Amino acid sequence: MSLLVESSKAPPRMPSYLEAGHTVRSWLFTLDHKRIGILYMAAITVFFSIAASAAALMRIELLTPAGDVVTSETYNRLFTMHGVLMVWFFLIPSIPSVLGNFIIPLMIGARDVAFPRLNLLSWYLFMAGGILATYSIVAGGVDTGWTFYTPYSSTYSNGHVMAMAAGVFIAGFSSIATGLNFIVTIHKLRAPGLTWTRLPLFLWSMYATSIILVLATPVLAITLVLMAMERLWGVGIFDPKLGGDPLLFQHLFWFYSHPAVYIMILPGMGVVSETLAAFARKPVFGYRVVAASSMAIAILGFLVWGHHMFVSSQSVYAGVVFSLLSFLVAVPSAIKVFSWTATLYRGHITFETPMLYALGFIGLFTVGGLTGIFLASLAVDVHVHDTYFVIAHFHYIMVGGMVMAYMGGLHYWWPKISGRLYHEWTARIAALITFIGFNLTFFPQFVLGYLGMPRRYHMYPEQFQTLNVLSTAGASILAVGYALPLFYLGWSFFFGRRAGPNPWGATGLEWKTASPAPEHNFETTPVVTTGAYAYDAEGNP
Amino acid sequence: MNRPGIAAFFSSGASSVAPRVDALFWSLVLASAVVVAVLVLLNLTFLIRYRRGSPARRGPLEVSTWKFEATWIGLTTVGFLGFFFWGARVYLDMERVPADAYSINVVGRQWMWDIRHPNGRREFDELHVPLGRDVRLLLSSEDVIHSFFAPEFRVKQDAVPGKTVSVWFKPTREGVYPLYCTQYCGTKHSQMTGRIVVMSPDAYAAWLTCGPTPRIAERGRELFTKYSCSGCHDQPSQIHAPPLLNVYGSMVPLQDGTFVYAGDEYLRDSILLPTKQVVAGYQPIMPSFQGVVSESDLLDLIAYLKSLPTAASAAPQPSPAAP
Ligand code: HEC
Ligand SMILES: [Cu+2]
Ligand SMILES: [Cu+2]
Repeated sequence: MSLLVESSKAPPRMPSYLEAGHTVRSWLFTLDHKRIGILYMAAITVFFSIAASAAALMRIELLTPAGDVVTSETYNRLFTMHGVLMVWFFLIPSIPSVLGNFIIPLMIGARDVAFPRLNLLSWYLFMAGGILATYSIVAGGVDTGWTFYTPYSSTYSNGHVMAMAAGVFIAGFSSIATGLNFIVTIHKLRAPGLTWTRLPLFLWSMYATSIILVLATPVLAITLVLMAMERLWGVGIFDPKLGGDPLLFQHLFWFYSHPAVYIMILPGMGVVSETLAAFARKPVFGYRVVAASSMAIAILGFLVWGHHMFVSSQSVYAGVVFSLLSFLVAVPSAIKVFSWTATLYRGHITFETPMLYALGFIGLFTVGGLTGIFLASLAVDVHVHDTYFVIAHFHYIMVGGMVMAYMGGLHYWWPKISGRLYHEWTARIAALITFIGFNLTFFPQFVLGYLGMPRRYHMYPEQFQTLNVLSTAGASILAVGYALPLFYLGWSFFFGRRAGPNPWGATGLEWKTASPAPEHNFETTPVVTTGAYAYDAEGNP
Repeated sequence: MNRPGIAAFFSSGASSVAPRVDALFWSLVLASAVVVAVLVLLNLTFLIRYRRGSPARRGPLEVSTWKFEATWIGLTTVGFLGFFFWGARVYLDMERVPADAYSINVVGRQWMWDIRHPNGRREFDELHVPLGRDVRLLLSSEDVIHSFFAPEFRVKQDAVPGKTVSVWFKPTREGVYPLYCTQYCGTKHSQMTGRIVVMSPDAYAAWLTCGPTPRIAERGRELFTKYSCSGCHDQPSQIHAPPLLNVYGSMVPLQDGTFVYAGDEYLRDSILLPTKQVVAGYQPIMPSFQGVVSESDLLDLIAYLKSLPTAASAAPQPSPAAP
């Protein structure tokens, strides 16, 4: 994307956003989208670490069939804490709130998001929710699973369900505010000449994500309120003993949570499109279809929630319809995978770390997507539903997909964030370790699930041990892959080589301004004259 | 029973539906493997051939991209629809309970499976079934949602409190098979496991009669008095309530002019949700026993109502234990 800078005489350099104030106050009360992105980054890194430690403990417990490391009560609290924190306090805010916040205004040539104060408020809501959730863990934990199924959660569970649900409820409003902010920003603040068909694909995917955030999250809020009413005041909504219907909860919950699955993957797809274009140095194949597929996913994603309920005793015919729609929602995802592959054709490819993550994403997402087809097939789902097969499937999407994309995006935009480069080979090796560790952790779980090992089992029959040991071994490798970036990125933030405005030779407005980005992003408002990814025949921007 | 390790991966299962599920599963595996192989091959080729600085020819594409897009959108859609129909076909057969299936009651409770055979024989966490019969389980739950999962039979169904759900299978191999609860149900969820014993019909018939068989209908009669159902329903009574003879298996006229078939489901609803279907000519004065009678008392009450002289022997009755 080329741009015309109105004044070519170099004006006095604006301070970077990092230099604009060094006090704690200047961070906690900042209205700068970039600083807010960094605040999110710090917060979700903490939540990720807590949730990952819970997973580590579970994997250690599962080394042996007997329940010998922790009690069943503790184990159930561990997987609940892992699920709740990973979903609502890491994955959902990961790419949208960290990278989206940081990069969206830069990508569209704006000074900030549309509502900077609302943006800061989102972060505070997020923190309030996170602190409540953490409180519920410290106070004794919750054992309902992240799905909060009734009537267990509303009547039978004796954990701190209300504090945890309140945390999720509040964090939900942070999601809504962020989604709203992004929608308005993308609509109203695009630079002159940046038409919809010139938008980088990351923006299309963030736009689709924001629509889901705004439309789906309120349903979660309502569901949690209903659950609270039953739990606190005995209003019969879900518990049949009080005249309620337990399946109603599942319908409401998945009406939010299936679209939420796409909140947790669409942004990753956007990052992959950006990185592939940048390191293949050519436009993404079938730009329009890829952009449209993001929107198709956002819309169709609202119509498939019942595929989580094939064995719940919902109507058989509803099951058939939900199965059909679930197959259809997989088509746009398949389109993306094919288009990414075709993007490599006739490119000028190099293999920097973000590219390795993007390629890893394509592989793992493909496996996750294909096993999703297994689960959409009714007869097969009956067998593998609520077994480790499902666990493996969604970790291939959420961790193999979204976390890989988040790491890839973080490395890709790191020069813009920190102004510096990390040590390339260390980063490449970390990406490779992550990929290997991931597969070793989760591939055996497909087999476990097919053989019948149910999920959320503290103890398990002996014949499942070998595969569980493999999985735990993989998890320890994965842990190394996740820990390494903490060190080398941390180091590079202070001591890394200066990056310059465009270290990758990429297109996109964010690469036209200084690194780290200046406080107000651009000296003068850029004007866009070409579509996204306008590389010349030699692959130069 | 549990063939160890990988061998089990290729086992053909132990129910009539298992081979059909497996055929679909392995076809999916095969199709996925082909897709993955093609993608890996293409990606590797492109990555190597078009690495920066390689001599490969570049330049713009000669063919318009929409042709590729249309092709792969078409191909994936057709492939997906094929698997959809296949999966739905098998599923519909799994869900359609054969009319003459042999019914066994299964109640899930934190954290055990409480199982009653038609003659009243009761067992916990162990389910004996006759080989080669269509076995229908009437699943219900006394507290939270549980899920009945028999991996070797490729069968799974949630047991939801407040209703009875049927699931059926036809065991095709004698043996002992695992049974798991797959819906998280609290602290000891992972210990809510059991065994399914498939026996020859003769052995099953012998097993049925050898154990203790409480006369559930008799217990049901006691409960009928205890919950003061008799106060209204035993004739003569001061209160205008229908006599419960000849109800089970009949078509009951309702207040709104429609008729309903009085099977197990109807009896359960009449006790738990009496206002759902009000018998023609009566006032809806019967109190709901939702949350008052436990799941196991409910089964005994239903057994008692079924033991009363019934309308017509034409009604589909559960056939006797041994075929
Ligand atoms: C207050 C009196 C009363 C009590 C106590 C009562 N019932 Fe009823 N029952 C009725 C009346 C009146 C009807 C018919 C109206 C209706 O369908 O609700 C009825 C209907 C029924 C029916 C449907 C009958 C048909 O012809 O289809 C069944 C079955 C039944 N009751 C079983 C029970 C059982 C079992 C109990 C005890 C747990 C019980 N009832 C307690 C008054 C009572
Ligand atoms: Cu879903
Ligand atoms: Cu359970």
